[in-house]
Amino acid sequence: MIEIEDLSVSYGAVQALRSVSFRAETGLITAVLGSNGAGKTTLLRTISGLKAPDAGKITFDDRPLVGEKPENIARLGVGHVPEGRGVISEFTVEENLRLGALVAKVDLGAGLDEQYARFPVLGERRKQHAAKLSGGERQMLAMARALIAKPTVLLLDEPSLGLAPLVTSQLMHTIHDLCAAKDLTVILVEQNASSALRIADHAVILHLGRVMADDAANLIAADENLHQYYLGMAE
Amino acid sequence: MDAFLTSRIISDILEGLTNGVIYGLVALSLVLIWRSTGILNFAQGAMPMFATYLGMIVFASYLGYWPLIGISVVAGFALGGVTERVLVRHLYGKPEINPIVVMVGFLIVLEAVAAAIWSTTPHGIPNPFSPVDWHLGGRPLALSPFSVYEIATALVVMTLVAALFRFTKLGLQLRASALAPEVSRLLGVRVSRMLTLGWVLSTGVGTICTVLVASNFFTGLNPQVMDGIFAFGFIAAAVGGLDSPVGAVVSGVTIGIILQFVGDYVNSNAIILTALIILIVSLMLRPNGIFTKSTARRV
Repeated sequence: MIEIEDLSVSYGAVQALRSVSFRAETGLITAVLGSNGAGKTTLLRTISGLKAPDAGKITFDDRPLVGEKPENIARLGVGHVPEGRGVISEFTVEENLRLGALVAKVDLGAGLDEQYARFPVLGERRKQHAAKLSGGERQMLAMARALIAKPTVLLLDEPSLGLAPLVTSQLMHTIHDLCAAKDLTVILVEQNASSALRIADHAVILHLGRVMADDAANLIAADENLHQYYLGMAE
Repeated sequence: MDAFLTSRIISDILEGLTNGVIYGLVALSLVLIWRSTGILNFAQGAMPMFATYLGMIVFASYLGYWPLIGISVVAGFALGGVTERVLVRHLYGKPEINPIVVMVGFLIVLEAVAAAIWSTTPHGIPNPFSPVDWHLGGRPLALSPFSVYEIATALVVMTLVAALFRFTKLGLQLRASALAPEVSRLLGVRVSRMLTLGWVLSTGVGTICTVLVASNFFTGLNPQVMDGIFAFGFIAAAVGGLDSPVGAVVSGVTIGIILQFVGDYVNSNAIILTALIILIVSLMLRPNGIFTKSTARRV
């Protein structure tokens, strides 16, 4: 479980997060929704140690994460697929996966086989440079690279960004199936609220760095006022 | 057969190869730093020179040749690590001109300090290999035990470095740290250590190269011993591609052989001009280097 308490983060004079608190329960998908500038990406970067908070606590299974280096947080089992996927274009598909497997305590060959079975297109393109993959394939590679490390928490930043609706739908199903099968704790940051709410168990809505709603995903999905004011989904 | 092996062309190829592997080693040491930290180290000749002085003169004057090499390389590792931690670390993320200026300044400082301590007089380094060329049928072969030792050592070092980058987890982490430091940290790579290690390895390789150069009976060790060789090594790295260890080695050897032919058949004064023409033409045709793979992205 990831627990966030009174988290405040700023970039100089700009306050990105203001006393944000919520829990992401083990084995559930928590969607973090909001418009541009809501603070979603900052939230994930702070959890994974890339950004130091001004105040507040982040705990992972009762272990404090604030002050830890990103590489140590990754080694604790927190996988982060950053905005823009973060695949290394100059590396082949397999080199990207080998890099992801560095912190895994499992056999590399078995890990690769598992990811190629999950995402067959990656197996077919294992020797190709990541730069030559399509947007959807790059997203699969980013996911596979995070999963090969056997994380217990997965932070996904806008995984549907730039993808066709059909690919987005397949991706969301994959995330849902993974969470169910692996008992993963997933924090899913999305602008595509309807797709995220379809698979999420819980949802948090951020607006200008503040938590505006924190509830079961189906209740948030049913609240038209939240949609209209914070998610830009007015009918 | 003897006449062929001792012909002018074969002699030029052998002499060019001997020089070329040295250029290739310097280029390789530049590529090591570039691939692991994204910095072009203009003190890459001076740092190994200083380490070689420390090893050869200060610490181990009476130990013999092989321990001296070991001590020099260890001094090179240490100097590379300390330089990265103390001098270079503050330059990451700054404009590209900053590390260039700092490292050029460091080059000048190291050469001045070395001259002040050890003088500019070349120090000979006695070694077990004769510099006298073998003879075939009474004619010189343009190959001596020392040049075979130089070529063999360079090839072993090059092979080890290539294997490190291609086949090991450490090599993968070194490359990832340079290409995508933030993503690497998110994957558990200790980027800070990798950056230091890149400088450690690079200065170690550079020190082996400097020891070879300084061991040459006709050169000896002096504060500017690597200046000219660094220039040719730099050109080899740029031509081959700063991201390509194979490119560094192949272009180093090729440039060594071409320049040997130019010096022999044209004029020794044309060597530097030819090297610059090779650099300019290759950068015009392949700005990222001949051996750097294209990473064109499909959209």
